Amino acid sequence: MKIFLNNREEVFSKDSITVNEMLEEKRFTYRMRIVKINGTLIPKDKYGSTVIKDGDNVQMLYLMSGG
Amino acid sequence: MKLIDIENHLQQFRVGIAGAGGLGSNCAAALVRSGIGELVIADNDIVERSNLSRQFYFAEQVGMSKCDALKNNLLKINDNIIIYTHQIKLNNDNIPVIFRGCKVIVEAFDSAEMKEMLIETVLTALPETALVVGTGMAGWGNNELIRYRKIDDTLHACGDESTEASEELPPMAPRVGIVANMQANVVVEILMKTRINA
Repeated sequence: MKIFLNNREEVFSKDSITVNEMLEEKRFTYRMRIVKINGTLIPKDKYGSTVIKDGDNVQMLYLMSGG
Repeated sequence: MKLIDIENHLQQFRVGIAGAGGLGSNCAAALVRSGIGELVIADNDIVERSNLSRQFYFAEQVGMSKCDALKNNLLKINDNIIIYTHQIKLNNDNIPVIFRGCKVIVEAFDSAEMKEMLIETVLTALPETALVVGTGMAGWGNNELIRYRKIDDTLHACGDESTEASEELPPMAPRVGIVANMQANVVVEILMKTRINA
């Protein structure tokens, strides 16, 4: 399947993956982040059960300390 | 558009500042100078000497609450502005109450955990409110890595999205000031496109 991750096309071998699986496959390890799928915020405790499908628009924002 | 017309437009709006450290204090100053009518500032800290390296406070204010010190400093720029301060630790219960009526909220916390909590709370409980986040500004140099990214109409990010503040990579006045002013610039941009319908 093809998704848009931060407006860039990304291809995954499976037809659907959970948010956790995407983070693992892309090796996104930093733990403070915001994930939105098609404009909807995905709470951290739903990363294991929320499924990303073909054509989805995934936005991810890392939150770095400092301010 | 003339500056007086811009100021008259911006004067109609209330903006929230979540955290009055390096981002929040400097962003608030830029917003007051731009003509924003009302600010809601929430912070639970007092001014420490180490804050003077990058935050909009003065040596004689060490020991004061940041809310009081910032309000004083902002009123010296413009004494017609309305400033509400809340000396309180923000959480998911009080954020929707404190920032009610704000068109835009500036996320200006230091810790990544607090940033995440504020964003999740605002997106969930105040879905009509735009949020301007600061993320990644530690260290010095690398101007070309600091950027603005519009995620959607309600979520905007300023910063390099990669540097994490630490003992060895402290936040410093130049980069913190750039991101704080970038956040203020996004707030102004959002509000200049916003019409108040009577």
